[in-house]
Amino acid sequence: MSADAATHDDHTPSLWSWKRWVYSTNHKDIGTMYLIFAIFAGIIGGAMSGLIRWELAEPGLQVFNNETQLFGMLTLGNEHNYNVVTTMHGLIMIFFMVMPAMIGGFGNWFVPLMIGAPDMAFPRMNNISFWLLPAAFGLAFISLFVPGSGAGDGFGGGWVLYPPLSTTGHSGPAMDLLILSLHIAGVSSILGAINFITTIFNMRAPGMTLHKMPLFVWSILVTVFLLLLSLPVLAGALTMLLTDRNFGTAFFDPAGGGDPVMFQHLFWFFGHPEVYILILPGFGIISHIVSTFSRKPIFGYLGMAYAMVAIGFIGFIVWAHHMYTVGMPVDLKAYFVAATMVIAVPTGIKIFSWIATMWGGSIEFRTPMMWAVGFIFLFTVGGVTGVVLANAGVDQSLHDTYYVVAHFHYVLSLGAVFAIFAGWYYWFEKIFGVKYNSILARAQFWFFFIGANVIFFPQHFLGLQGMPRRYVDYADGFAYWNMVSSIGYLIMAFGMLLFFAVLIEAMISRRKADANPWGEGATTLEWTLSSPPPFHQFNELPKIK
Amino acid sequence: MRFLTALALTAITSASAFATPLVGQPTDGGLGLQPAATPIMERVHAFHDILLWIIVPITLFVMGLLAWIIIKYRAKANPTPAKFSHNTTLEVIWTAIPVAILIFIAVFSFPLLYFQDEIPEADMTIKATGYQWYWGYEYPDHGVEEYASTMVAEADLREGQPRNLAVDQPIVVPVNTTVRLQVVAADVIHNWAMPAFGTKMDAIPGRINETWFRVEQEGTYYGQCSELCGVRHSFMPIEVHVVSQDVFDRWIAMVSEDPYSADAYQLIAENTAARDTRLAQLDQ
Repeated sequence: MSADAATHDDHTPSLWSWKRWVYSTNHKDIGTMYLIFAIFAGIIGGAMSGLIRWELAEPGLQVFNNETQLFGMLTLGNEHNYNVVTTMHGLIMIFFMVMPAMIGGFGNWFVPLMIGAPDMAFPRMNNISFWLLPAAFGLAFISLFVPGSGAGDGFGGGWVLYPPLSTTGHSGPAMDLLILSLHIAGVSSILGAINFITTIFNMRAPGMTLHKMPLFVWSILVTVFLLLLSLPVLAGALTMLLTDRNFGTAFFDPAGGGDPVMFQHLFWFFGHPEVYILILPGFGIISHIVSTFSRKPIFGYLGMAYAMVAIGFIGFIVWAHHMYTVGMPVDLKAYFVAATMVIAVPTGIKIFSWIATMWGGSIEFRTPMMWAVGFIFLFTVGGVTGVVLANAGVDQSLHDTYYVVAHFHYVLSLGAVFAIFAGWYYWFEKIFGVKYNSILARAQFWFFFIGANVIFFPQHFLGLQGMPRRYVDYADGFAYWNMVSSIGYLIMAFGMLLFFAVLIEAMISRRKADANPWGEGATTLEWTLSSPPPFHQFNELPKIK
Repeated sequence: MRFLTALALTAITSASAFATPLVGQPTDGGLGLQPAATPIMERVHAFHDILLWIIVPITLFVMGLLAWIIIKYRAKANPTPAKFSHNTTLEVIWTAIPVAILIFIAVFSFPLLYFQDEIPEADMTIKATGYQWYWGYEYPDHGVEEYASTMVAEADLREGQPRNLAVDQPIVVPVNTTVRLQVVAADVIHNWAMPAFGTKMDAIPGRINETWFRVEQEGTYYGQCSELCGVRHSFMPIEVHVVSQDVFDRWIAMVSEDPYSADAYQLIAENTAARDTRLAQLDQ
């Protein structure tokens, strides 16, 4: 009987069987699908940012003028379509690129492996969590091609969806499709969050107490709690938008006793935790990489874990710092200033602990480590401008300018995305079982590092000079730094091509990867397994001393 | 190669622009905040300078530590890693020092916040209403009915009017006068923003927001709508002319009869031209 069971367990379905993917209940297969999905969404979201930088390269209307043709065949429409592109760039990058890559991709792959579990707690729910996401993306994509406002197709009201622009301002069905899309993406994330919480609390290998759990697992645990608590609030706000639009309610309509600012409170009660959802798993990834390549244990492990818990908690009580200009009472603003600045303390603990982990180490600057060190520096830059913006007095000048755009791209485009690539190159060989060309991968790092800085650093200057966000055409006084920023995009786009070159080269040459390519510094459980790991792992649970 | 030459040329030609920051509008290639025209903005400048003196050294400090690590703790330079993973003193220090820095920032931050928010005894009131996609202005104290202020199209720009910033019917206020600004919107949310004044206030349907400014220097100041409001969000700028009390009195008398009075427009245009000539002579 036992021999039978063993042969059955070893049977890995063919790579080309559609059932393996569509019906998948395997956390590694689902994780891989999440990663591929994130890459696809990233291509679309990244192409959209290309249209934005192309439009903004010079004053005047270059692209969204009803005339310029893409590939000589399709025009990109008018200023409305520019707003649609900025809106969808934001939504796609957040909901369909960063979240699927970090939580769905790396989380699915490595939470069970790191805690010594055979799979996720609810494998079938894991399947539906993933497959809801392409459905959500499909709805968002369709919204691009149905009427939005009177000026054209698609929803162009910004990713924050503020009414009345998202109600009376966009009366077409595009906004309804977008609401449904976000509802479904939200359900997908909530189901995923339930799955991770159950897995982490109940399926840790014997001996792995919470205080011995790898930091990446800690980061996912905090992240999914944020998801579980914040997404229902977004769902509520979206539903109220939907009924305001279609069924005559007036939650956000002053003519019926409602208040547009209430939507902003609800949105940012979700939205601020959401931005921490995007970056927290990155903190976990960076901790592992820094420790692995320094060949030293993490400095201040408990401080690191509880700093993330603290960041997660404070993330729920600072939301109105996105709303300093709505006309809040001054004492309320003062509270949000104070609470927001507090975040700098646990964030500082993390930065300094990473540095202390490297201090005294014997550091090998292999590809993932380069991304990790790049992350630490760039996240610091994004962090200190966050402290500037926290002060309502200065934010009065900087709110809704390119300073804010620069700030959140430093923590997301340069923070979260660098963490994703760090994780990608750290775990690539574990996931795919083949080695990648590290010269190409390092070249990608340098193009990204230089390109992203050239794009976003000058945007601080634009913001200080007063250039508002979401402008399709700007005053001539903003021309110089916009041109520099657009040149940066070309550099970064070339880096993106190198990413695909690395991927394709590795898939063609198929150099067999080792179980542990990083040596003694890599101490977590995934490195005890083969690369790629067996289809089902840990049939006998590992014991943690 | 041609691309690199073009890049170098742009860098050189614009470097000259860094020297002379324009008042009341963005300067191409500018690096910092626009020059201050109100007491609020002067304080914003001062506070932002303090913040820069804090955040730049912190960033350089982290950069320096990373550089030190990269040089000193490479595997080649340091083949055997240390084993420590705790240092309570260090952890207390890097928690306490940031707290101290934040308290230091707060000491300057809160007075600015309250100074901006508490409106002093106002000399006059202007009501701004955001529409898709123009501003309506009203002078309730002077009996001036609402008039529409629309962007001047590129083809109609006159000498000296900046593209995307100039409007047909600007706001006119006297110099050294405390103005209470009431901001509201008629359709979707807009935002009345004037960088040189340090003013930025959401215009929201169903609520009247109040803010204030007191401009201490005559001149023409430009701002832009700063809350996404639809297709022509980029094209509903704000133009404020700050003039002497005497010119203002003559202007307000004309616009109380007819807000779109051509004479009133002429008066402001001549006044601006005269001031520009005067300033140009001073420069020589």
